[in-house]
Amino acid sequence: MASAVSATGAVRTTRQKSPLRWVLRVLVITYLFFLVIWPVALVAKATFSRGLAPVIESLSQPEVIFAFQLTLVVAFWAVLINTIFGIGISLLLVRYTFPGRRALSALIDLPLSVSPIVVGLSLLLVYSGQTGWLGSTLENAGLQVIYAPPGIVLATAFVSLPLVIREIIPVLHEIGTEQEQAARSLGASPVQTFARITLPAIRWALLYGVVLSLARSLGEFGAVKIVSGGVAMRTQTATLLVEERYGQFGPDNTTSAYAAAFILALIAVIALTIVTSLRPDKESS
Amino acid sequence: MSIKITSVGKTFGDFVALDDINLDIATGELTALLGPSGGGKSTLLRIIAGLEVADSGTVEIEGVDATRLPAQKRNVGFVFQHYAAFRHLTVANNVAFGLKVRKRSKKEIAARVDDLLRLVHLSQFADRLPSQLSGGQRQRMALARALAIEPSVLLLDEPFGALDAKVRKELRDWLRRLHDEVHVTTVFVTHDQEEALEVADRIVVINDGRIEQVGSPDELYDEPASDFVMSFLGPVTTLNGALVRPHDLEIESSPFLGASAGRVVRYTRVGYEVRLDVELTEEAGTAPVLVTLTRADASAKQLGEGSRVWLRPITPTGHDFRVPVGVARPA
Amino acid sequence: MTASSLAMPPVRVEPPTRRMGPRRSRQATSLSGASALGLGVALLWFSLLVLIPLTAVLVQASAGGWDAYWAALSSAQTVAALKLTVGTSFLVTMINILMGTAIAWVLVRDHFPGKRVLEVVIDIPFALPTIVAGLVLLSLYGPSSPLGVNWANTRMAVFLAFLFVTLPFVVRTVQPVLLELEPEVEEAAASLGASRFTTFSRIILPSLAPAITSGAALSFARGISEYGSLVLLSGNLPYNTEVASVRILSYVEGDKLTDAAAVASILLVVALVVIVALDVISRRVARHG
Repeated sequence: MASAVSATGAVRTTRQKSPLRWVLRVLVITYLFFLVIWPVALVAKATFSRGLAPVIESLSQPEVIFAFQLTLVVAFWAVLINTIFGIGISLLLVRYTFPGRRALSALIDLPLSVSPIVVGLSLLLVYSGQTGWLGSTLENAGLQVIYAPPGIVLATAFVSLPLVIREIIPVLHEIGTEQEQAARSLGASPVQTFARITLPAIRWALLYGVVLSLARSLGEFGAVKIVSGGVAMRTQTATLLVEERYGQFGPDNTTSAYAAAFILALIAVIALTIVTSLRPDKESS
Repeated sequence: MSIKITSVGKTFGDFVALDDINLDIATGELTALLGPSGGGKSTLLRIIAGLEVADSGTVEIEGVDATRLPAQKRNVGFVFQHYAAFRHLTVANNVAFGLKVRKRSKKEIAARVDDLLRLVHLSQFADRLPSQLSGGQRQRMALARALAIEPSVLLLDEPFGALDAKVRKELRDWLRRLHDEVHVTTVFVTHDQEEALEVADRIVVINDGRIEQVGSPDELYDEPASDFVMSFLGPVTTLNGALVRPHDLEIESSPFLGASAGRVVRYTRVGYEVRLDVELTEEAGTAPVLVTLTRADASAKQLGEGSRVWLRPITPTGHDFRVPVGVARPA
Repeated sequence: MTASSLAMPPVRVEPPTRRMGPRRSRQATSLSGASALGLGVALLWFSLLVLIPLTAVLVQASAGGWDAYWAALSSAQTVAALKLTVGTSFLVTMINILMGTAIAWVLVRDHFPGKRVLEVVIDIPFALPTIVAGLVLLSLYGPSSPLGVNWANTRMAVFLAFLFVTLPFVVRTVQPVLLELEPEVEEAAASLGASRFTTFSRIILPSLAPAITSGAALSFARGISEYGSLVLLSGNLPYNTEVASVRILSYVEGDKLTDAAAVASILLVVALVVIVALDVISRRVARHG
C-alpha cells in the first residue's frame, strides 16, 4: 500500500503543478511554523539561555529528582493497567457480542473528551478520605487514595485509558478471526492462540498505544493537580513542579521550570519519533 | 464412516442456515459440498471443524462424538478461502505451527515440515513470509499446514475461490492428485459446479440449508433430483415448459417427429461452440430457447440468423426425462 | 503509509452488527465462561475508574436541588467563563476544519523535502504535556516575544492555546481517509469534464465530510475541556480569560464541590453529546462503506 500511495503521489506531482499546490504548501508550513515549530524552538533556547550548567544543577535538586521519579512510577503503573485493561477490553469488544457492547465501545472514548479538571473532581468525589463515596471505607482499610500516589495513578490511568484501545481495535478488526480460527483448528489452546497469533499481529499497534499512553501519563497535569495536592517531595509530579517553579521568582526557578519542561517535552517527542520510525509502513501484506 | 452428521440444524437470528442435515462421508473419500453462496454449505463445514456450534444434532468424526469438542481437540485440518496465513511467521513456521503447539521434538518437526514443503512444492520458499508468496503458493502453504497435524479429515472452505482462473485450474488438478497420494478424507466447499464435477468423488448439493441431492458427479449430472440441481450443475434452457440442457437439443432445418418449429433470432460463436437463440413459432414473445452445438454441426446444417428450425430434446439414455418447469432459465 | 494516525481515528469502522446471516456472525461469538469473567473484571475496573466517579459528579451537582444548580450556572462569572470557552472552542474548531483539512491534504498529496518533519510537528501538541504547551506558546507570544507582541493574559492567549492543543485532531482524522481516496475517482471525475473545483466539492469533500466532522467534534470537545495549557498563559482573569475548567477548579479549591459539579455537569453533557455524535457518524460511515 505504501508503494501504491507514493506511486500515485508521483503521478500527481508530475501531472499537476498548480499554483494552488504552492499556496497550500506555503500556508501550511507557515501556520505550523508559527503555531508549533518556532515556539518549541524558543523553549529549547530559553532552557539553555544561561548555558548547560544551571540546567544540570537545577535538574539535580532533590525536589526535581523526586518529582521525576514519582512521575515515572505513576506513569509505569498507569500504562501497565491501561495495557492489560486495553488488550482485554479490545478483544471483548471486537471478538464477542454481549448486551451493552455498543454503549461500552462509545463510553470507552469518554475520558478523551472529559476535562482533566472534571476528572480530578470526579475522583475527589468518590475517593476523598473525608467525603468520598468509597474514600472513607478505603481509608479505614488503610488505603489513602486522594493526596497520595494511588490517586495520582487513578487520575493518570483515567485520562490515558482509551489510547491503547483505540490503537488495537482497528488492527483486530483488520486481521479478522481467520488466523485465530486456523490456529485453533491446528490444535492451539486459547492461550497459545493469543500468545502466538493475536499478540504478534497487534504488536506494533500495541507498542504505539503504549507509547502514546506513556506520553500522556508523563504529561498529565490538571487531573493530577486536584487529586495529588502537589506537596513537594511527597505528591508533586514533574508537571506540577513546572507550574510551581514558573510561578516563583528568580532566574534559578525559571531555569528549573524550563529544564523540567524541556525534559518532559524531550521524552514525549523522542518516544513518538522512535515509535513512528519503528512502526513498519504497513503491517499487513 | 469417517464423518457422520445427524440431524444438524443451525440458525443465525431468524436466518435458517442449516435445517436437519443428515450426511455420511466415507473414509478416504473426496467430497464436494456444492451450492450457491448463503446456502449453508460453509456453515456445515465449519460445524464439522468445530469453528461453529450446531444448534441441534450431532457430529461424529472417526466414530467419536465430536459435537461438543472444541476445534483444537478435533484433529481436523481446515483450509480457509483467504488462506489465513500467519503473517508474522515464515512459511516453514506456518507449517510447523500445529506441531509446535503439540510440543513435538525439534527434529521431528523439521523433518515433517521438510516433507510437506516438498509435497506442496514450496521447499525453496521455506524462509519467506507469506506476504512474499503468490495467492496459489499461500494456499498450498495453508494446505501443508493443515496436513502437518495428520488430520483425520481435511476440510477446505472455497479453497480456490480467491485465486485467478488459471491458478485455480492448476490447483484443482493438483488437489486431485494430492488426494490420490495422501488419501485423507477430504471435504471441500465450492460454488463452482465445474470444480465439483472435476475434482470430487461425491457431490453433496446444498441449497437453502437443505441437502438437495447426494451422488457421484455422473449421477448428479445425468439424473438430477430437482430443477435446482439440474440448473445448478450446468446451463439449462426451457423447451415447451420443460428444463433441458442446451446441448441436449436436436436441431434440424426441416420438420421431424415431435419437433417444435421456430426461427433463429441470434447466432453467437464462442470458439468451437455456436449458441443459437431460437424463438418458437407457437410461443412467440416468450424467452427464446438456447441451443448449443458445434461449429461444424451448425455449418453442416447451414444455420444462421433468421433460419427456420425444428427442435426436440434428446437424452443420453434414449428416453425423455423432461422435468416440469419450476426454475426460470438462468441469466 | 506516512508517520501514523496518532491515536485519532475516531471513525472506528465497525462491521455492521449481524444482519447478513452466517458470514457476519463469524466475526464475533457470544460470551462463554472465561470471556464473561474477563468482561466482568473489565467492567468493574471501568466503573470504579470512570463511570462511578462521573456519576458522582452528576449526583453532587443535583445535591443542592434545582435552584442551587441554576444559581451556580447562572452566576455572571460562570456564564462569562462558559461563553468564552464555548465561543473560543467554536472559533478554533472552524479554523481547524479549514487548516486541518489543508494540512492533511498537503501531507498526503504534496511531496517536498522535510515533509516527514511536519508529521512529527503535527504530533507534538498531542505529546507535549499541556503545562509545557503553555510555556511553549508563552515563549513566542508572551512578554519576551521576539515578535514584539504580548498576548499573555489576554483572550488571544486562550485562542492560541486552544489552537495549539487541538491541532492534530482534524489532520489525523482526515489524513487516513484522504490516503484511501483513490486518485482514480478524481481522474474519472476529471475525464467526465468536471473542473477541479467541481471535483473537489462534489467528489472529494463528500468523502471527507464524516472524517472532518468527527475531527471537528473531537477538537471542540478538547477545546472546551482544556486547562493545562492555560495555566501559565492566560492569567485566568475572571470575566476575561477564565475558562470553564478554571472556574471548576476555583470552586474545588474553595471547597464548593456542588457548584464545581454543576459547571462540570455541563462539560460532561457536551462530552457525551460529542461521543454520541461520533458514534452515529462512524456507524453511518460503516454502513455506506
